[in-house]
Amino acid sequence: MKFTLSWLKEHLDTDASAQQIADKLNSIGLEVESISDPGAALKDFVVGEVITAEKHPNADKLRLCTVSAGGENLQIVCGAPNARAGIKVVLARPGTVIPASGEALKIGSIRGVESRGMMCSARELLLGEDHDGIIELKADAKVGEAVAAALADAGLLTNDPVIEVSITPNRGDAASVWGVARDLAAAGLGKLKTEKVMPVQGKFPSPKTITLDFAPENKNACPVFAGRLIRGVKNGPAPKWLQDRFKAVGLKSISALVDATNFVSQDRGRPLHVFDADKIGNLRARMARDGEQVLALDDVAYTLDANTIVIADENRALGIAGIMGGKESGSYDETVNVFIESAYFDPAAVARAGRKQGILSDARYRFERGVDPQQVLPGLEMATRLILEWCGGEASDVVIAGQLPPPHAPIAFDPIVVEQLGGIVIPRGEIIRILQSLGFVVEDHGVLQVVPPSWRHDIDGPADLVEEVVRIFGLASVRSAALPRDPGVMRSVLTKAQRRAKSARRALAGRGFQECVSFSFLDRKQAALFGGGDEARQLSNPIASDLDALRPTPLPSLLAAAQRNAARGFSNLSLFEIGPGFLSGMPEAQTTIAAGLRTGHALRDWSKSTHDADAFDVKADMLAALEAVTGAPMLAPVSRGAPAWYHPGRSGVIALGKTVIARFGELHPKVLAAFDLKVPAAAFEIFLDALPEAKQKGKARPLFAPSPYQAIERDFAFVVKREVAAGDIVKAVKLAERSLIESVAIFDVYEGKGVPEGHKSVAVAVRIQPREKTLADAEIEAVAAAIVAQVSKATGATLRS
Amino acid sequence: MSDVAALQSDLLAQIAGAADEAALEVVRVAALGKKGSISELMKTLGALSPEERKVQGPLLNGLRDAVTEAIAARKAALGEAALEQRLAGETLDITLPPRPENSGTVHPISQVLEEVTAIFAGMGFSVAEGPDVEHDDYNFTRLNIPPDHPARQMQDTFYVAPQADGSSHVLRTHTSPVQVRTMLNGKPPIRIISPGRTYRVDSDATHSPMFHQVEALVIDEGIHLGHLKWTIEEFCKAFFEIDSIELRARPSFFPFTEPSLEWDMRCDRSVPGKITFGSGQDWLELGGSGMVHRKVLENCGIDAKRYSGFALGFGLDRMAMLKYGIADIRSFFEGDVRWLKHYGFAALVIPSLEGGLSK
Repeated sequence: MKFTLSWLKEHLDTDASAQQIADKLNSIGLEVESISDPGAALKDFVVGEVITAEKHPNADKLRLCTVSAGGENLQIVCGAPNARAGIKVVLARPGTVIPASGEALKIGSIRGVESRGMMCSARELLLGEDHDGIIELKADAKVGEAVAAALADAGLLTNDPVIEVSITPNRGDAASVWGVARDLAAAGLGKLKTEKVMPVQGKFPSPKTITLDFAPENKNACPVFAGRLIRGVKNGPAPKWLQDRFKAVGLKSISALVDATNFVSQDRGRPLHVFDADKIGNLRARMARDGEQVLALDDVAYTLDANTIVIADENRALGIAGIMGGKESGSYDETVNVFIESAYFDPAAVARAGRKQGILSDARYRFERGVDPQQVLPGLEMATRLILEWCGGEASDVVIAGQLPPPHAPIAFDPIVVEQLGGIVIPRGEIIRILQSLGFVVEDHGVLQVVPPSWRHDIDGPADLVEEVVRIFGLASVRSAALPRDPGVMRSVLTKAQRRAKSARRALAGRGFQECVSFSFLDRKQAALFGGGDEARQLSNPIASDLDALRPTPLPSLLAAAQRNAARGFSNLSLFEIGPGFLSGMPEAQTTIAAGLRTGHALRDWSKSTHDADAFDVKADMLAALEAVTGAPMLAPVSRGAPAWYHPGRSGVIALGKTVIARFGELHPKVLAAFDLKVPAAAFEIFLDALPEAKQKGKARPLFAPSPYQAIERDFAFVVKREVAAGDIVKAVKLAERSLIESVAIFDVYEGKGVPEGHKSVAVAVRIQPREKTLADAEIEAVAAAIVAQVSKATGATLRS
Repeated sequence: MSDVAALQSDLLAQIAGAADEAALEVVRVAALGKKGSISELMKTLGALSPEERKVQGPLLNGLRDAVTEAIAARKAALGEAALEQRLAGETLDITLPPRPENSGTVHPISQVLEEVTAIFAGMGFSVAEGPDVEHDDYNFTRLNIPPDHPARQMQDTFYVAPQADGSSHVLRTHTSPVQVRTMLNGKPPIRIISPGRTYRVDSDATHSPMFHQVEALVIDEGIHLGHLKWTIEEFCKAFFEIDSIELRARPSFFPFTEPSLEWDMRCDRSVPGKITFGSGQDWLELGGSGMVHRKVLENCGIDAKRYSGFALGFGLDRMAMLKYGIADIRSFFEGDVRWLKHYGFAALVIPSLEGGLSK
């Protein structure tokens, strides 16, 4: 909502400046979006008077002037043809910033003569195109004063600040100059002086009737509808002052008839409509018929549904109630007889219809926030007066259908609630004063009985009254109060899931991964490559067609990021994201996944220490992250069975029972092709929510008990069929003598010369740690034999000779 | 000069002249070996009279000790020289770079969330979370957002396609449904923050269809606006790591709070592209807040006669932008490695109250 300062002052008796008013508006909840003060940019310019104007000694076309700035006289060289003694001018002194150039004026020397100022043209002040001469102010301009008033007087400047406030959805009452003034007056910034509208006596009965035509279930759609006919008007342009005012606040002046209603809407918050009475029958408000069409004032034909209120005559819908009038029944230059409509419409119905049709209008803005039903008749009378004044004619009696709604129900309000909820101690008398100044009717029976004014629709309990009191009294008075603290030491506040995510994050960043945060939605086609993309995970209203599916895992998000980075020339990447994967479109079907992606070839590096991203890189990353999260090495075995987006032969999963807790591997070439990635890529996914609880009870660790006996390391090379898993060999070795075998390390895997075709040699180093005594040679040999036998039995291995 | 003295002088000269450990060993064997010159002389002691032995013994022992010592010293010197020579040949070009390693980074969102969590934990808040796909009821209805409210429209809220059971859900537009879940599942006193991903149909330099919010909720007996103000003040001072700030409250409107307030913090934006807090002529919008609406308390099973509470919310991304000078919110979600390196945090920069929130 925009208004000018002078317009506001028609309702509010105040000396406050625009800035003071803006500050107060902010503090009472009418947020100031902008103040434009046309005079503010010219605050350093003063009115000057040319005392003398002589020819410049060294230039024919220049004049050497003495200009009074009030108190001091300045020598100024000027080239303007109209520079002459006696005129009042706009004077810039050295240091003043000239709007047109944006530069501060300097003391200059022109053709050998010093010039200590400048007399300005309209163009130099950005007040117009005129640059043929300097501005001549009126003779009564006061020398030495700021120029804004004098420029306004000369017709060069509208010296009237424009304030724009944004109105929250609950404050329809503030969507008028009157309403804003009412709040400011309550807040002590002046005295409300809005003029009461006196009714106009009808000269004849209205030839048009009004009917409310609603089924019982819609009876609240339009409880009251009033109107009157004015005959014999002569339409034309609105008065100049109104055109100027509308222009200042960004409204279009249309004609005297239309502007009269728009003025009442802006000034009093009471939207109206004027029909050309010769183009309509008798009026009725009713619900639209499904499919009914209206050609509105914006030249668009809207197709309505049965939830929309319309104003109609016997034959057709004439306009969309509370939103926009109809083109055919509107008032134009040739209109002679008009019918003014003033009604109250259900805010929710107007909001619904406005949204559905996508119409933004000043009427909708006000009706959907709730207008004051008690203004139905005063608004009608005010419009009548304006039309009679501007367009002549004579008015009929007022016709009215329905009834004004009753006053709001009283609210029982104990003023102590102000302190309890607001944290400010405000004297009871002040609480009552504030409420009354806002138009509330207050009766004091110990507990107050408070009736909200008819223009407020947002007050239905004590908390609302607290807000009113506190915002007007001033939120600056709220004193900080510390929340009570628990005695003792602060406890850890993170949930298990949060601690897991944090551990995984720090561990992966510590391994050189860069953390990404990506959208939870992506292209359905990409989701489909990762087990998603089904109907249940579609968004009904995606913001873009390639962001239409909930992602099943963060992995495709990382691949998409890798693709974008590769396009910029960065293809050696380690990216991770810890975020949601969606298993369906249900709220419970969300799981937290830590996904990591490594891409790239071995680096071109002198040390030759890197290699292409592969499955064992990400296996290490995955195991490190799992260990960081669970606090213990992951002992569960790795098996095959990773999903289709992984390379079928170079991937694996870790499962506990049937629960997959992590999977990893090189990515399937088809997936890489879909993301246009041309470098090797391997990835892992860890299901943080699926990880088991730590088994350990208590915090104490088992006693440290190193064996005092010498450990023995023995190497074995087993020849097995190529498809035998090395992990099975390790498992078998451990089983051979659990109490003695401390660790098993694979140190060589070999295929080729010396090993039969289709076979491989797997060499392991076994560390045997006696616990009770030093082992004799024979005992060591027995362990070795048991190892060979166990591995042979489990995998068909033979010892490599 | 006696024979012994002559021998000693001769041997010491040989030791000094030995060019390497092998030559020194030859000298050692020739002097101290079984048949070495000193060993031979020692053997003669047995044949001497006690008086002669008293003279000759210490003389020969002195000779042997001097030579042994000289050999050891020479050996050490030769070893030193040999090592020096070897090391001289082992010189690396130490201007070569080390073997490549990636240095990882933590995303600003995560970092700032940890900062925020540390601060609120210090004020006794715990952290609650909930799903991104939410029941319409939790995201809107229980928060006193009526069915006709504009926020529910498709142009503002993402809707998930209808599910097999006919239900339809939204991507949460704020983390307030976590507050609803917390109130439904717990009893006052409640003191939580709810951080997480939030979604609105919006995209430009300051809006992203996905962004992050943190909300705080306190429900207890006797909670009022003063507690809300204290919480925001303390948070801002701690988060922006400045000693004093100036806050301004503006009345506002949210369906789920009454009274509703927005908070601004005094700041200085007179230097383009730079913002400093605590002084200046500008105000920075922090976020919305208010006393929890009675209807919300009742909708969530809280006795509104006994308990009151406040809620506040702000954008985590926005906080990260303000504190760390990041310009465009959309850049957070693009995964550009140059951006991640520029704005990311090292793995071991872990925010804490005792160790400091940031480096």
